[in-house]
Amino acid sequence: MIEVHRLVKRFGLKTVLRGLDFQVAQGEFVALLGPNGAGKTTFLRILASLSRPSLGEVRIAGYRLPEQAVAVRRRLGVVSHLPLLYGDLTAEENLHFYGRMYGVPGLEKRVAEVLELVGLSARRRDLVRTFSRGMQQRLAIGRAVLHDPEVVLFDEPHTGLDQDACTMLDAVLKEVAARGRTVVMTSHDLARAADLASRFDVLSRGQIRGSVRRGEIQPDELLGFYRQALAQD
Amino acid sequence: MIPVADQRALEVGERQAVRENQLAGFLRALSAVVWKDLSAELRSRELLSAMVVFALLVILVFNFALDLDPATRRQSNITSGVLWVIFTFAGTLGLNRSMAVEKDRGCIDGLLLAPVDRSAIYFGKVLANLIFMLVVEAIVLPVYSLLYNVNLFQAGLLLVTLLGSIGYVAVGTLLATMAVHARTRDVLLPILLFPVVLPVVLSAVKGSTGFLDGLPLNEIRPWLNLLGAYDIIFLAVAFMVFDYVVEE
Amino acid sequence: MEAKPRLLTVLDYITAALFLIAVGLVFLYAPLEAVMGNVQRVFYFHVAAGWVGMLSFLVAAIAGVAYLLRGNRKWDTVGLSAVEIGIVFAFINIVTGSIWARPIWNTWWTWDPRLTTATVMELIYIAYLMLRQGIEDPDRRARFGAVYAIVGFLSVPLTFYSARLFRTIHPVVIGTNDPNAQGQFNMTPKMLQTFMFSLLTFTFIFADLLWHRIRVGRLSEKVEQVRLKTLQ
Repeated sequence: MIEVHRLVKRFGLKTVLRGLDFQVAQGEFVALLGPNGAGKTTFLRILASLSRPSLGEVRIAGYRLPEQAVAVRRRLGVVSHLPLLYGDLTAEENLHFYGRMYGVPGLEKRVAEVLELVGLSARRRDLVRTFSRGMQQRLAIGRAVLHDPEVVLFDEPHTGLDQDACTMLDAVLKEVAARGRTVVMTSHDLARAADLASRFDVLSRGQIRGSVRRGEIQPDELLGFYRQALAQD
Repeated sequence: MIPVADQRALEVGERQAVRENQLAGFLRALSAVVWKDLSAELRSRELLSAMVVFALLVILVFNFALDLDPATRRQSNITSGVLWVIFTFAGTLGLNRSMAVEKDRGCIDGLLLAPVDRSAIYFGKVLANLIFMLVVEAIVLPVYSLLYNVNLFQAGLLLVTLLGSIGYVAVGTLLATMAVHARTRDVLLPILLFPVVLPVVLSAVKGSTGFLDGLPLNEIRPWLNLLGAYDIIFLAVAFMVFDYVVEE
Repeated sequence: MEAKPRLLTVLDYITAALFLIAVGLVFLYAPLEAVMGNVQRVFYFHVAAGWVGMLSFLVAAIAGVAYLLRGNRKWDTVGLSAVEIGIVFAFINIVTGSIWARPIWNTWWTWDPRLTTATVMELIYIAYLMLRQGIEDPDRRARFGAVYAIVGFLSVPLTFYSARLFRTIHPVVIGTNDPNAQGQFNMTPKMLQTFMFSLLTFTFIFADLLWHRIRVGRLSEKVEQVRLKTLQ
């Protein structure tokens, strides 16, 4: 579903991603781990078609980025750490807007479905700027899956959330993943990632330094694996 | 098996459907952006109230700064000049705010993620910004008319104001999209915009003066032509360049 | 490090020689103008500087288009260099225009089309630099610079045309029958020769400075590259 070969990304003269290789099969839930500045957000932005690769090949659902970006975007849902929502509109209006941008058929019904999915039906008529961070994040996920994408990208979705909000978020994440969708999630939170993902990749200094499947190690060994991957040169 | 001739017809039909789909998608996205901006503004009214209050304050300042006797004050060139100074400065306020909303909450990414042509976003923004500017003008013109006893409701003058606003907003939206990335964003937009939008302001003022003075259409036409040419040229240029401005 | 190309050194010498000759022509060869006197000699440098100002803008706009289409950073360096040179020469144009205007029209400044357009050009140049200064990401900086150079370049003829619809008192040297244009003078052949030579000289100066500035830009990028390598 996602294929990345020798991806290089430069900002001016600085190279952030150095020949990165990455493959994700359909239905996998990959947690992308790594220290700050490793290039996780840059990588995710490239996958999200928001940023252009400097060199290398990126394919999502068979379509090439950046040439066939429009086709990719139709099948892609993205949640970043910024909510990407309009504070002065209600939850419903936000979803309506994005639904129209994506050309979602049967919009009314779909919006109601999604609000139900993320547990915000009761607050549909409230302005987003009155929402807590957790609620905004859940609505953001709703926005991301409104058009029923095959691939969903999450950039550190748990940032700024308290325990309860995290638990609610995880429930939604699992629900989203359950429909056979392909998910890539960057995270700092190893414990949560261990709970959600089916595969763990470590991104450090512009390349993937290690990859392991859920069944291959015990949950408490994940930290050790992570440290080891970082220690490699 | 579909006969070959029918197959080709099918392809043509499909291609036609795709083209129509693209246009429909484009218009749908454009109207969605306009609707979104107008709805949000209707609710908060922050932008419009800022622009309107600012415009009224500028009228006030001009009243005392240019301490003119009533006869001079009602001269057409003074009127046109003051009006366009107001529109120019209030316009920058609106443009800045409109793009800042997108940038600050990362919403511009939300727009860029949509599977639509980028230019739909540009034209949507231009239309929304134009509507805001026209609303402000619709408030300022009557107020000015009342205060200074000049009739500003002539078709010619309204036409000039519309053409001028289009040109202003077309370039302003493009430049505001860039300026919003800079650290000095609020100050930068006027610095970028004013030298480039001078032909619009100049033509609009002269055109307005012409209509207020009741000059024959022949004499005013060069100004109208210039405004029209500017609008078309810069809408076209912005359409071509917008992709490069929003990409990364 | 790149050595300075031989051709550039040759260009330096040629440019310097041309400039000396031009100065000689302006002060010794060209005749004294009947009405305005010696101050008219400023004209040769004034127009040539204005010409370079416009040429720089054209180069910057073309470099902008090239950068957007190709994505090669060297076009960005060319554009920036052209703007920096343009700022200086547009300024020379304005100042020499002022020097010329004062004794003739008894004013330091007039809002006539050419002077207005020159000022607007200068302001767009400065705005270009301020835009670049405010952007962190080098690629975005280059892209925005390219876009603004194009937009600015397209607006200048429109500004000129709109300013010209106003009345002018600027001397229209290159032939016009506008009775309102004061301060006109006809050029004798010697004046014409001096004038053309000045234009040529200033074009060479432009090319020479542009090449030097592009070199400086490339070298500073190399330095930056080496610095980043040692950091990583």
